[in-house]
Amino acid sequence: MSIKVLFFASLRDTLGRAGDEIDVAGIDTVADVWAAVADGEAMPSNLLMAINQDYVKADASVQNNDEVAFFPPVTGG
Amino acid sequence: MPKVILFNGPFDPYAELKKVEAALVVQHGLGQYGATTSFVGTMRDFNEGDDVSAMFLEHYPGMTEKALETICTQAMNDYPILDCLILHRVGDIKPNDSIVLVAAWSAHRGAAFDASRMLIEKLKTDAPFWKKETLKEGARWVEKNTKG
Repeated sequence: MSIKVLFFASLRDTLGRAGDEIDVAGIDTVADVWAAVADGEAMPSNLLMAINQDYVKADASVQNNDEVAFFPPVTGG
Repeated sequence: MPKVILFNGPFDPYAELKKVEAALVVQHGLGQYGATTSFVGTMRDFNEGDDVSAMFLEHYPGMTEKALETICTQAMNDYPILDCLILHRVGDIKPNDSIVLVAAWSAHRGAAFDASRMLIEKLKTDAPFWKKETLKEGARWVEKNTKG
């Protein structure tokens, strides 16, 4: 019963790791996932997030076995 | 069929464009489009007043392809185009390398121009890619897109 969490780019550098595997107990939303992994860091206002590789907002519901990703604004092209 | 390809090494955007045009003729027959527009993005050796000697382009395998395919599908739905194409580099890049190509084919020029603009602008805001520049003093993440 777990959630896979991924961090990319400068956020991965800030947190010092590429991701986490967290227990789903007590987790309802993406914001709850952030609180569980972010070492007390407030959620940046420009943070982007995805569940199972689709963009979502912080209040989106998270289910067991979901892949949740957090990353800074994108800069491709 | 709209096409999305990520390249781990250098690619020739114009050769790729020709390949897709040849496939379009096979798929749709001769004389089916009157307009082709393409945009190619190339790596500069300067940014924000600093010399940039190299760049790393990170992406989110799976989500990046999915986001680009969604953008292509949206372009096909929103404009009367025959087809569209997005090519993007990932990994280590040197100045003057091609980073991105978007292209659209349509009967008349307006739809092809509009669709190409939409493809590159949506890619800039929606596709999970991140640039890390190598400078003399070290490396830095690019924090935001410059104005087009």
